[in-house]
Amino acid sequence: MAEKDSCACGAAPKLIFACSGAADVGAIADQAARKLTRDGAGKMYCMTGIGGRVSGIMKTTEAAAGILAIDGCSLDCAKHCLEEAGFKDFEHMRVTDLGLGKGTSPVTEESIAKVAAKGAAVLAAIC
Amino acid sequence: MPLLQILGTGCPKCKKLAENTEAAAKALGLDYQLEKVTDIRQIMAFGVMVTPALVVDGQVKVAGKVPSVEDLKAMLK
Repeated sequence: MAEKDSCACGAAPKLIFACSGAADVGAIADQAARKLTRDGAGKMYCMTGIGGRVSGIMKTTEAAAGILAIDGCSLDCAKHCLEEAGFKDFEHMRVTDLGLGKGTSPVTEESIAKVAAKGAAVLAAIC
Repeated sequence: MPLLQILGTGCPKCKKLAENTEAAAKALGLDYQLEKVTDIRQIMAFGVMVTPALVVDGQVKVAGKVPSVEDLKAMLK
């Protein structure tokens, strides 16, 4: 049976995937994921690496301590992308669920901080 | 000849992965080349953020754990 522990020289991180979509809320999702990485809550990782089934991205994601998908809107592209790749056990949140409307939400420090705060709480709850 | 690359900075689990991988390759009778990649920039170039990891001919087969010899044999076939 394979050992489940991650290697001591590179412990498995909590990974953050943002839809990084073209709409304003997609940009906010992207910037919030980057802020969460800067703040040390987790590490943003490449959503398109999952879509492209890049082996290094896939295997690292399989080993993650936890996964958070941040979608901008209810199309849930990041969520669907992860599910299509076989990932079922992850947390999910939407920018539009936080009172930020698609097409009506400029990418501001305030909106980014609002989404990042929610993301940090979700990530902190991952054991 | 398959190129087997062990990604890791040299901790005990990286060494164990190398041992298990060699045991699996020998059990399969493979003529292989084993390479240890310890440079973090080279490791990250594979898209890997957690070690140890095994790469077979450019494809990452496992990251963040040490599979058994039997599991590795299945990956090398």
